[in-house]
Amino acid sequence: MVEEAPQKKPRVGLFVTCLVDLFRPSVGFAAIRLLEQAGCTVEVPEAQTCCGQPAYNSGDFADTKDIARNTIRAFEGFDYVVAPSGSCAGMLREHYAELFKEDAEWGPRAHHVGHRTYELVSFLVDVMGMKGVEAHFDGTVTYHDSCSGLRELGVKQQPRSLLGSVEGLKLKELPGAETCCGFGGTFCIKYPDISDRMVSDKADDIVKTGAETLLAGDLGCLLNMAGKLKRRGEKVQVRHVAEVLAGMTDQPAIGEPGRGS
Amino acid sequence: MQPTSHSFKENAHTALHDERLQRALGNMRAGFQDKRRAAIDKLPEFEALRDQGRDIKNHTLAHLDYYLERFERRVTENGGHVHWARTPQEAREKILEICRSVEAKTVTKGKSMIAEEIALNDFLEESGIEPIETDLGEYIIQIRKEPPSHIIAPAVHLNQSDVEESFRKIHTDLPADRPLSEPRQLLDEARAKLRNRFIKADVGITGANFLIAETGSTVIVTNEGNGDLTQTLPRIHIVLASLEKTVPTLEDAATIMRLLARSATGQEMSVYTTFSTGPRRPEDLDGPEQFHVVLLDNGRSAMLGTEFQEMLRCIRCSACMNHCPVYSVVGGHAYGWVYPGPMGAVLTPTLVGVEEAGHLPNASTFCGRCESVCPMRIPLPKMMRHWRKREYERKLSPAPYRSGLALWAFFAKRPALYQRLTGIAMKLLGRFGRDKGRFRSLPLAGGWTSVRDMPAPQGRTFQELYREKKGAA
Ligand code: SF4
Repeated sequence: MVEEAPQKKPRVGLFVTCLVDLFRPSVGFAAIRLLEQAGCTVEVPEAQTCCGQPAYNSGDFADTKDIARNTIRAFEGFDYVVAPSGSCAGMLREHYAELFKEDAEWGPRAHHVGHRTYELVSFLVDVMGMKGVEAHFDGTVTYHDSCSGLRELGVKQQPRSLLGSVEGLKLKELPGAETCCGFGGTFCIKYPDISDRMVSDKADDIVKTGAETLLAGDLGCLLNMAGKLKRRGEKVQVRHVAEVLAGMTDQPAIGEPGRGS
Repeated sequence: MQPTSHSFKENAHTALHDERLQRALGNMRAGFQDKRRAAIDKLPEFEALRDQGRDIKNHTLAHLDYYLERFERRVTENGGHVHWARTPQEAREKILEICRSVEAKTVTKGKSMIAEEIALNDFLEESGIEPIETDLGEYIIQIRKEPPSHIIAPAVHLNQSDVEESFRKIHTDLPADRPLSEPRQLLDEARAKLRNRFIKADVGITGANFLIAETGSTVIVTNEGNGDLTQTLPRIHIVLASLEKTVPTLEDAATIMRLLARSATGQEMSVYTTFSTGPRRPEDLDGPEQFHVVLLDNGRSAMLGTEFQEMLRCIRCSACMNHCPVYSVVGGHAYGWVYPGPMGAVLTPTLVGVEEAGHLPNASTFCGRCESVCPMRIPLPKMMRHWRKREYERKLSPAPYRSGLALWAFFAKRPALYQRLTGIAMKLLGRFGRDKGRFRSLPLAGGWTSVRDMPAPQGRTFQELYREKKGAA
C-alpha cells in the first residue's frame, strides 16, 4: 500500500443558478476559473434550471419537489456541488433535506447532495483551503452580505479574506452590511413599496461609503441593488464578487451599457 | 382589537409615508439592536442558554396537560382560583364576573398582550367599568385610542412631542406652561396622574410572563414597577395568561428570564421581576384578598401537534421584530393586530385566520434575521413558509400570481425546453438592453421597474456559451 496516495482532483458540479445562467454568464465562467485555480475539475450538468426557490417560497411544494429531484439526479455523481450564490446553495443544502425528510428514497439522496453543496467562496476557502487569488483590481469596493449565505451557511469572513489578497483593491466595510437589501425573490414584486424603502436605505449606505464598486455573492441581491442605484443615477459599479476574485472584470458592470457576450 | 391585517399593503403604504413614524422607527432600530448585541457579547454561554430555553419549552409543550393541571392544583392549594377560558368571550365574561363581585368601578391594568388579544378594555368600558393602563407606554396609547405597535414598547412609534401633545390635551387641569420636553417630565406627570387611581381601584389585572407549575406562581417582568402596584394594592388580583406561558419549575423560569431581558432590551434582567403566589396570607403585610388566574386557550391547544407547535415557545421578547427589516420600515400598526413583526406573521394567522392575515407571512424576504436572534430558536421563516403552503393549497393566493408560477414551474421542470426558450429570450433582451445596460420598464415586470431599473442580461445564456466553448475545445 502506498502511504499517501496523491490527492485526486475533486470533481465539482457547478450549479450555475438560474439568474447567473440568464443574466450574467460571466459569473459562471469566473466560478469555473476560480474552482480550477483551487485544483478542481469542473463540470456543468446540462439538466439543471433553477433550485426551485420561487416555488418553494410560494408554498408550492409539489413543483419544488419535482425541480429538486431533477437537480439531485443531475448532481449526485459529483464530489461537490458548488453554486455562485448563498441562497441557492442554502436551498440545496438545507431545504432539499427538509422537503424530503419523510421520503425513504429521496430523503437520503437529498441529504447526500445537500451535504456536498457549498457556496462558491466558502468552498474555495473552507474546503479547498485557498488563501489568496491572483487577481488585480484597482479601486475601493464595499461588500454586502447576502442573507442566506450569511445566516444559513456562515459566509462572512471568506469573501473578505480572498478580497484582501486582490492586488490594488481596498475594502471599505458597508454599515448595515448584514441588513437585507429588500430583494427576497418574489417579495420585491409583491411588496414593491416596502422593498423600495429597504433597497433605498441600502443604496444610501452604499453611497455613503464612497466606494466605487459594490460586491456581493448573490445575483438576486445584486440585480436589486444595481437596479436601484442606476435608477437613482449613482456612479457605483456593481459586480458579483467572483468576477473580481477571478480577475474577470472585462464585462460591463451590472446595469451598465456595453457589448454583451 | 379588530384585525386590519387584510389591508397590510395599504397600512404599510401609509406607514412608509409617515415621516414622524419613520424617524421613530429609525431610532428604535439602532437602539434595540446595539443593546442586544452588547448584552450578548458579555455572556459567553448565551448560545447554550438558548438551547436550554428551547428544550425547557419543548418538554413543557409535550406534557402541557400535566403541567397545567399541576399549576392549577398548586394555585388552588395556595388559596387562589384558576378559570379556564377557551375563547376570548369566555375570558372576558369571567373577568367581568369577578369585577362585578366587588362592584368595581375602575380596574388598573399592567401591560398585557393577552388583554389586547381579547379586547378587554373595550369590553370593560361597555360594561361600565373603567380600565386604567398603568404602564407608561400603554397609558399613552390608551389616551390616544391607538393599538400598541410593539410588544415591549407599545408606544415606540411615537416621538416625545406626540406624547407631550396628548398629555396637554387630556390633562387639562394642569398649568398650560408646565415643561414637558423631557422624557422624565412626561413620566412624572403620568405617575402623578395615575397614583390616585392605583389606590382607588378594587381590581388589578396583569398579564404573566411565566406560570410556574411547581409552585403555582405567576411571574411578571417590567421596567416601571407599575405591575407591582397593580397587583398588590387592589383587593383582587386577576392574572390573565395564555396556556403556553407554563414552565415546570422556578429554575426553568429563571433560565428563560436570562434570555428574555437580554433579547428584548439588552438588559441583564428587567428592573422588576414579581412573583405572585396566591392571595395575601394572614401574616402578610399587603397583597390582594383574592387571586384569580384566567387561563386563555384561544387556539393555542389546536397548534399542538401541528407544524406551528414551535411557535408556542415564544416568550414575547420582540427581538425578532427589533431585527426585522420589514417591521423596521413599516412599524407594528401595519400588521393590523396585536402581534406584529415576524412572530405576528406566524401567530396572527393562527389566531384570526389566514384569510384575514395571509399577507403577513408573505411580507417577508426570508432574510432569516428573526430566527437568528430568537432566543427560543423558533424557525420563524419556516413557519411563515408553512402558511404560504396552506394558502397555496387552498388556492388563496392571487390567480395571476399562481398562473405565472405554474408557467414558470412547467419550464423549470423541463431543462431542455427551458434552455431553448431562455436562450432565445435572453438574446432578445440582451440586444434591446445593450445600449443602456438596463430597462426603465419591462412588460410584466411592473412590480420591479416601478421602483428600480432592471439590469439587462449580458445576452447569451451561460448554458449556451458553455456548450459552445466545450464543443470548440
Ligand atoms: S418569536 Fe422569538 S424573538 Fe420573536 S418575540 Fe417570540 S421569542 Fe422573541
